[in-house]
Amino acid sequence: MKKQKRLAGLTQLLVPLIALLALVLFNLIRDPGFFSVEMVANNNGDPVLKGNLISILNGASELAILAMGMTLVTAASGGQDISVGALATISASVFIKVLRGGGAIGVGTILLGFLLSCLVAMAFGAFNGTLVSVFRIQPMIATLILYTCGRSVAYWINGGASPTVDSPIVTALGGFIPGVPVPTPVLIVIAVGILFALAFRLTSLGLYMQTVGINQGAARLNGINAVGMKLLAFIILGACCSVAGIIGASRLSMVNHEQLLLDIEMDAILAVAIGGNSLGGGKFRMTGSIIGAYVIQALTTTLYAMKVPSTDIKAYKALVIILLVVIGSPVVKQKVSHLWAGIRARRAGKEAA
Amino acid sequence: MENGVVLAMRKIGKVFPGVRALHDVDFTLRKGEIHALMGENGAGKSTLIKVLTGVYEKDAGEIYIDGEEGAITIRSPQEALSHGISPVYQEITLCPNLTVAENMYIGRTPGALVNWKQMEQKAGELLRNLNIPARPKQQLGSCSLAVQQMVAIARAVDGDCKVLILDEPTSSLDDKEVEMLFKLMRDLKARGVGIIFVTHFLEQVYAVSDRITVLRNGELVGEYEVGKLPQVELVAKMMGKELESLSVIKKDAQGGARAPETLYEAEGLSSSESRPFDFHIAKGEVNGFTGLLGSGRSESVRAIFGADRVTGGRVKVNGKPVRIAKPYDAMKHGIGYLPEDRKRDGIIADLSVRDNMILAMQVMKGFFHPISRADAEKFADEYIKALEIKTASQDTPVKSLSGGNQQKVILARWLLTHPQYLILDEPTRGIDVGTKTEIQRLVLKLAEEGMSVTFISSEIEEMLRTCSRLIVMRDRHIVGELTGGELTQEQVMHTIAGGGN
Amino acid sequence: MTTGTKNLRRREPLTDTQLLVTITVCIFFAMYAAAMLIWGGGFLRPQKVFDLLNDNAYLLIIACGLTTVMICGGIDISVGGVTSLVAMSCVAHMNNGGSVFTGALLALGIGLAFGAVMGYLVAYLEIQPFIVSLAGMFFARGMTTIISVDPIKNANEGFAGLMKTKIEIPWLGYTARNGNLIPARMEIGVVVALVIMVIFLVLLRKTKLGRSFYALGGNQQSALMLGVNVRRTRFLAHLLSGLLAGIAGFVFLMHTGAGNASNAAGAEMNAIASSIIGGTLLSGGVGNVLGTFFGVMTLSTIKSIVVTSGLRDPWWQSITTGAMLCFFILLQSVVLSRRGRHKAHLPAWLRGGAGKQNA
Repeated sequence: MKKQKRLAGLTQLLVPLIALLALVLFNLIRDPGFFSVEMVANNNGDPVLKGNLISILNGASELAILAMGMTLVTAASGGQDISVGALATISASVFIKVLRGGGAIGVGTILLGFLLSCLVAMAFGAFNGTLVSVFRIQPMIATLILYTCGRSVAYWINGGASPTVDSPIVTALGGFIPGVPVPTPVLIVIAVGILFALAFRLTSLGLYMQTVGINQGAARLNGINAVGMKLLAFIILGACCSVAGIIGASRLSMVNHEQLLLDIEMDAILAVAIGGNSLGGGKFRMTGSIIGAYVIQALTTTLYAMKVPSTDIKAYKALVIILLVVIGSPVVKQKVSHLWAGIRARRAGKEAA
Repeated sequence: MENGVVLAMRKIGKVFPGVRALHDVDFTLRKGEIHALMGENGAGKSTLIKVLTGVYEKDAGEIYIDGEEGAITIRSPQEALSHGISPVYQEITLCPNLTVAENMYIGRTPGALVNWKQMEQKAGELLRNLNIPARPKQQLGSCSLAVQQMVAIARAVDGDCKVLILDEPTSSLDDKEVEMLFKLMRDLKARGVGIIFVTHFLEQVYAVSDRITVLRNGELVGEYEVGKLPQVELVAKMMGKELESLSVIKKDAQGGARAPETLYEAEGLSSSESRPFDFHIAKGEVNGFTGLLGSGRSESVRAIFGADRVTGGRVKVNGKPVRIAKPYDAMKHGIGYLPEDRKRDGIIADLSVRDNMILAMQVMKGFFHPISRADAEKFADEYIKALEIKTASQDTPVKSLSGGNQQKVILARWLLTHPQYLILDEPTRGIDVGTKTEIQRLVLKLAEEGMSVTFISSEIEEMLRTCSRLIVMRDRHIVGELTGGELTQEQVMHTIAGGGN
Repeated sequence: MTTGTKNLRRREPLTDTQLLVTITVCIFFAMYAAAMLIWGGGFLRPQKVFDLLNDNAYLLIIACGLTTVMICGGIDISVGGVTSLVAMSCVAHMNNGGSVFTGALLALGIGLAFGAVMGYLVAYLEIQPFIVSLAGMFFARGMTTIISVDPIKNANEGFAGLMKTKIEIPWLGYTARNGNLIPARMEIGVVVALVIMVIFLVLLRKTKLGRSFYALGGNQQSALMLGVNVRRTRFLAHLLSGLLAGIAGFVFLMHTGAGNASNAAGAEMNAIASSIIGGTLLSGGVGNVLGTFFGVMTLSTIKSIVVTSGLRDPWWQSITTGAMLCFFILLQSVVLSRRGRHKAHLPAWLRGGAGKQNA
């Protein structure tokens, strides 16, 4: 019985895991040294890890964090938030603005910048959340508003410029902390992941979000504040956006309103879907979305390594996505299980004969 | 085909992985006959209907229909329709965003273009003929559920309809609407249409049907004429055993010698759905709200629980004034509520049996105190055993359980919170007779142990058996309160009809 | 929610679709009238309307397709990408010896191909339309840059001639400062767009296929029971959307004269916004091409107003668009909730794989 239970939980992770495995195998066959990792000295002379594996883990950081938040929003509201890229950009703008506020940039300034940017992002998240939970507007429609004007708001915050900052702390945030061989963004992802894991363990967040997503009316009749839960999901996603935005800005030590994390909302939604979660809400497994994020990044990195020009990447990505979703589609799954049942029946018949 | 027979199903079999849903089932429908199809949940009624309407394909047996040579095949709803078999389901299978006329004719008109004028004219005629209060150009979504259902029936019988299947048509109708429906059915009967009437309401079966076919565990028990089968025997056949007299579940003179303490009292309690009313219940008392459907019973208890928006009133629990504005408040004061519509308001479909059970308890423990997995499993095991819930495991998603077992899961959910006061709104609806008895017994046992219970049921018999006090409602007003010797069917009917108290 | 037979008004209350469209139309006219009063000038000339139409003809075409798909309860976010791909492909083709005629055929072909593949995946394999059209968008944009990273200017004479052809309406013209009468000018693309709009008006109102779109969006299970071929209907909706995206690409090229990798960026979101402003509900079953037309006009008018009113900073346009979108969305939510329709009825594509529920 216990074994059945564990297996049942794993089947949802089947598609993303297989996809990841396929990519790994493909790369290993093509280039056995693909995943080799070496320790080199970076510009400052510190030893850091380098290699394709590292760049996959590093590059997917913002996406992984957004995918985690998006999973909650999808689960609780049954819809998608397409404004996360814009929100991340707004957060990054606030962060940079605080840092440029004058004077030297110390850890205190960074923390203040993070705090303010997080508050702003959570406020916008609350805006989205209110439209969805109080006004009962479809999440995709509600977040279309910020999608349309969010980047312009970010632009306006910094007065129409693409400001830069010059600070070793910021560089470390987006790169490597001196003495730590693992890229900082990866560490941040781990930290966020731990936070979520703790939240699920120490509170009934998971149960409530799923209940609200499956049946909001019934959730309320059991004493759950459904409106509050949905709002909370969007606020949490807002916080994730601010973390992702800060990482993104720190990599380049600047904010480019048009380019920062462009189209990342699509990737985030994709990651949630690849992770086996229903885009219509309800039960979810955050692990699936995280794996999904790395699948997407691995795909992009693989294509780059195959010298596919960056302009063509999108087309290949599309093909792989189609392949994945076709395999995961209910119709195909049914046909496969029918075939399998037929094979088993025939085998059983042969044995009996 | 025998004379007068419009539909004959012979030796029908249908198997699903692991389950033999139908085996060797016969069913005969005559022209101009209203034939009730009955059986407990899981008996195979809906499977038989789905085979007949082309949703499932039968694995064995033959179907014959009047006017066609030899056995027919029905592989899709379209094919069923083409043979003159028209189903009308309990869930309205119409499109609420389209107009009444369009709903009646969509999918049935020839050609690629839509002739609105003609469609609306024909629809108007048909609606008038059948006395249905709807206008052709009206958006269907703006009609009441009862009217929507009648539109669905109008669509079904327009054209060459030999067999009309009504699947639980009266569940959401009030008595006036049920009478309208019966009149429609008798009209159609007179025109020679054969009607298969699937329902749980025993009184309705006897009011309007000519024959009854009973299924149990996927097999045919028998076909009987209504006049020759008394209610008690029917129930016995459905349960498959000699039914111990249900009236044996006698409630002792409740309240005993001591004056019982009042647990809950409300003065002038009103909500967005219910007019101001006074109510009180003592510890260990079982009371009921009765009245016709639509009289406001559910709305009243929902006001008590805070499920609807409370707009006024003073409430006291255990003598102390409290404020109950939402379900959570009620739960904090030890009140539990089993909702009327378990599918919509009760079960959390995709979650496991275990998660469904611990839900309310978890809410009461608080957001920051999650119930450990081990504890949750223990509780679930305990109640699965105690209530005899049939489920593959506690991890099974609750949506895979039958209606009766789902109801038990929700009951377990509230029992786990050890409420002082439990409100059960139609706990026995859509449930097989065996489980019904279990639940009634349980209610009396809980009351004996000191729990106050409010019990609502459309079957007055059940309430008379379990309640010591009945509040009678009509048109959203309380019109009477019956206790002790007044608790008889006649007195209830009388009070509802306007005798008053 | 009973509307009893004792309704004192003779006329039938408006359906949801009719009500939302009426609101949009009223607001549009009010807005335009205000613009005329406050800023006069350009707004007073009929040419202004034609300018708006000329610039947005392609958007109107895309939006018609998107409205159709949304009525079915689906979504198609690939249309911007397909438009861009078609524009790029056609210009490349016509520059290399293709004729205008074959260029047009190519446009239709690409559009149909995308529509057919996506339609098949959504309708027959029951995959989420959001994901499928997302992949479609990636693929189309990717192919656009594969054809050429740099912009390609049109060098085909026949096509250039087509671009220059304008329909002139002298009596709607205006007198320039030098006394010459300048007639109002409308591009061919606009005619194409208006014709398509009329075709879709008829399609959605008068044909069985059109009505089955509404049925599908209103309640997919019911539609199935009522005899609608759900799969084929959904397939055709996506096919039409793809076809229209193809036509839009050709029209876009006629307007801009060059293929560019960033063509029609964000067009799909603009089309969705236009549809929403025009009264189409994402949940399906409600929507109207006429409303979408006014949605497009409203969107473009507001952008024009922003520019005219002197808010020159580049961010004002999208902020005002966002604000307007917010206004319409809230208004629709309030209106519909007062009608009692506000139990958010999620469309089939958001219900994840449960498109064909167990009967």
